[in-house]
Amino acid sequence: MDLSFWSTDAPAVGAAFFASLVEVVEAFTIVLAVTAVRGVRPAVLGTIAGLALLILLVVGLGPVLGAIPLHLLQVIVGILLLLFGMRWLRKAILRAAGHIALHDEEKAFAAETTVLEDEARRDGARADWMAGLTAFKAVVLEGVEVVFIVIAVGAGRDLLIPASIGAFAACLLVLVVGVLVHRPLSRVPENRLKFGVGIMLSSFGVFWTGEGLGIAWPGGDVAIIGFVMLFLGTALLLVSRSRRQLEESAP
Amino acid sequence: MTLVRAIVRELIGLFVDDGSFALTIIGIVLLAIASAGVGAPMAVTGGTLIVGCIGALSWSVLVA
Repeated sequence: MDLSFWSTDAPAVGAAFFASLVEVVEAFTIVLAVTAVRGVRPAVLGTIAGLALLILLVVGLGPVLGAIPLHLLQVIVGILLLLFGMRWLRKAILRAAGHIALHDEEKAFAAETTVLEDEARRDGARADWMAGLTAFKAVVLEGVEVVFIVIAVGAGRDLLIPASIGAFAACLLVLVVGVLVHRPLSRVPENRLKFGVGIMLSSFGVFWTGEGLGIAWPGGDVAIIGFVMLFLGTALLLVSRSRRQLEESAP
Repeated sequence: MTLVRAIVRELIGLFVDDGSFALTIIGIVLLAIASAGVGAPMAVTGGTLIVGCIGALSWSVLVA
């Protein structure tokens, strides 16, 4: 296996898999809340409708992407990756340092259940419809993020199919584990995943923006590994520094 | 309409959380584009991107 597999293909599939895992877990929590409050039917119908809309979106976006010149596409995708990846990384650093609270799927599930129960009391006969719409919204909103992630990590280097496989594997894993345990997947280490994925996406962002601008990075694709190390080292230093700052400011 | 608005809000939220952080990143990319545009050595354009991004991240975390 050549080096470019480990420097581009494997990180692209890994980033798509882990980033999609985070998003699908969030959608699953809401769909599960719909199932718990209103039953399987609205949850399944809302999910199927959401998936159908996402498929239409992907089918519609495909030809548009093909029409954009590669260098321009790399710059656009690179900028979006930098904005998306560094946002995740920043938040993950602040969460790891204790500046902001960790995301809690159990809490999200409880909050969504309460909202759905209130809606059911208020809307009566329309409750199933509203619950289905909630599942639909969750699938579409989180799914759009998955579609973006797949395009972002795959479009710059003709890696759309491997990235899609990574995202699909994440969906399948969440579905299988979710059906088996039938409760919010709160043990998924969301912040660690966001930390890792944030580093990978930021590294891809720097690499592709540079390539789009005509930079020949030293070592070619292997430069991505160098960027990963740089972002990782910086992020770990920032967690430690930020944690110390917080301890010093505590009364 | 509410759904469309929610999707648009969610899409923007994908990229923008802290407005000044997002603007800083865009500023760094624009600087790199300008540097490539005036024919600066590639090391300068590449350095602007990577050092700028690492710097923006560090600054944004440390002032949070």
